[in-house]
Parts: sequence; C-alpha cells; structure tokens
Amino acid sequence: MITLSHYLTLSAALFSISIVGIFINRKNMILLLMCIELMLLAVNFNFIAFSRYLDDTAGQVFVFFILTVAAAETAIGLAILVVLFRTRHSISVSKMSSMKG
Amino acid sequence: MAEQIVFYAFSGLLIIAALGVVVSRNPINAVMSLVLCFVTSAAIWLLLEAEFLAMILVLVYVGAVMVLFVFVVMMQDIESATLSARFAPNLLPGLIVGAVSLAELLVVVWVRREGLPIAAVPEPHPADYSNTLELGKILYTQYVYAFELAAFLLLLAIVAAIVLTMRERPGLKKQNISQQVSVRKEDRVRLVKMEPESDA
Repeated sequence: MITLSHYLTLSAALFSISIVGIFINRKNMILLLMCIELMLLAVNFNFIAFSRYLDDTAGQVFVFFILTVAAAETAIGLAILVVLFRTRHSISVSKMSSMKG
Repeated sequence: MAEQIVFYAFSGLLIIAALGVVVSRNPINAVMSLVLCFVTSAAIWLLLEAEFLAMILVLVYVGAVMVLFVFVVMMQDIESATLSARFAPNLLPGLIVGAVSLAELLVVVWVRREGLPIAAVPEPHPADYSNTLELGKILYTQYVYAFELAAFLLLLAIVAAIVLTMRERPGLKKQNISQQVSVRKEDRVRLVKMEPESDA
C-alpha cells in the first residue's frame, strides 16, 4: 500500500540530493541550474501527491505554473550563461567576482 | 501489489538518476541523468493519476528544456580541467546540510504528521474520468488570470533570452528600413541631358 508518506519521503530524498548537489557543484553554473531543476521537481512531487490524497485538482494547477516559471527561469539562466561564457570564457561561479571592491 | 512494484522500481531509478546528476563529472552525463529523472518522475505521476502533467513533463521538459541544456553544454567547450577536482572542499559541509535537511523533512513526514491523511488511500478514479478535462475546467475559470500571467511570463522569457544572446557582428550587411523608406527621388535618380546620336 503506497501512502502519502511514501511520496513525501521520495520528494524529501530528491530535495536533499539536490541540496548536496548545489554544495558540491559550486563551481559549475550548468550543474547548479540542473540542481535547481531537481529541487523544483521535488516540490512538484509534493504538490501532486497532496492533490491526489486530498482530492483537490488545484494542486495540479500549481504544478502547471511551477513548470512554466521553471522553463522561463531555465531559458533566461542559460542565456545569461551563454553571454557569460562569451565574455569571460569560463562558467566558473567562483571567478564571478569582478564587482568586488 | 503491481502498484507497489511500479512505485519502488521507479523511485529507486529516480534516486539513482538524481545521484547521477549530482556526482557525474561530465556535464552531458549529468544532463542525460536529469532526463532519466524526468521520465521516471512522469511514470510516478501517472501512478498518482496526474496524466496531463506527466505528459507535459515528458513533452516540455524532456523535449524542450533538456534539449536547451544539451545545446548549451555542447556549444560551450567547457574545460574539463576545472571539472576534475571540484568535489573536495565542499563535500563535507554539503553532506552535513543534506543529511540535516533530509532528517528534518522525514521528521515532519513520519513523526510530526499533524492531521495528514496517512492511512487513507484514495479510490481510483472511474474509467471515464479525464484528468485533462478536470484540470482545464479549473484552469480556465478559477485560475484564468494566473494562466494569462503565465503566458505573459513565457513571452517575457522568450524576449529576454533573445535580447541577451543577440550580438551585433561587425561587417554584417543588413538593411536599414527607415533609411530605405525615407529616401527621396532626388537622392537616387539623376537626369542626364545628352545629345541624340545617330549612326549616319
């Protein structure tokens, strides 16, 4: 029997893995963006599980909007990444300190 | 029973793929693991009877967003030297923070579940239930303003991505429309008076 807790546990595991990913991939901006995508996926899991177990379709509408915002965020993030690579020839986050006084 | 087998198989695959995203050294491998994450998630969403969102996840995420990632990874030749030795300094704090957050979330889910419908398993929907229809009914009535806002947000993202990545290359031959439209006859046409010629 699969209960709500199983889905919430899966989502918690996914979220924690992506937190670890953000820590250990601090240098690479593409991997940071992918870890953010994983986090959003974990949140979507929660929304859909609650929508099913509380029998309320509104949760799925919120997932719809999260997917929209995540797609927009990815497009703009990758555009910034392309511009950054073109001007600095590196996507390392630790080298982005040119505004430091 | 079949439901449990599907859930545990796809959950295990999802966790393995997520670990693959996090630890892989080659960005292409990470992107492919993320694709596997989305596909297995779509399968689990089907188990939760969210068919429309599962299809959207595969079509939009795997079909569009991940292709964008692959394009960017392949177009920029990221030096592999910086990727090789990147784990060491942040591994320990990362693991600690991850373990603490996982423990906190699990405490909320398994110990301090206040009023969560834990034991209840919802009845499966009848065969003529359409998830897409239900979602559309609520999306185009109650959430119509949010829907239009989302459409505007996507337009904004398109414009922003194009404007950010567009660059002027020197020496490019292109039309200047306003100059072409505002040209006058005197600028282009020259009347020449000349004597008539004959072969005689």
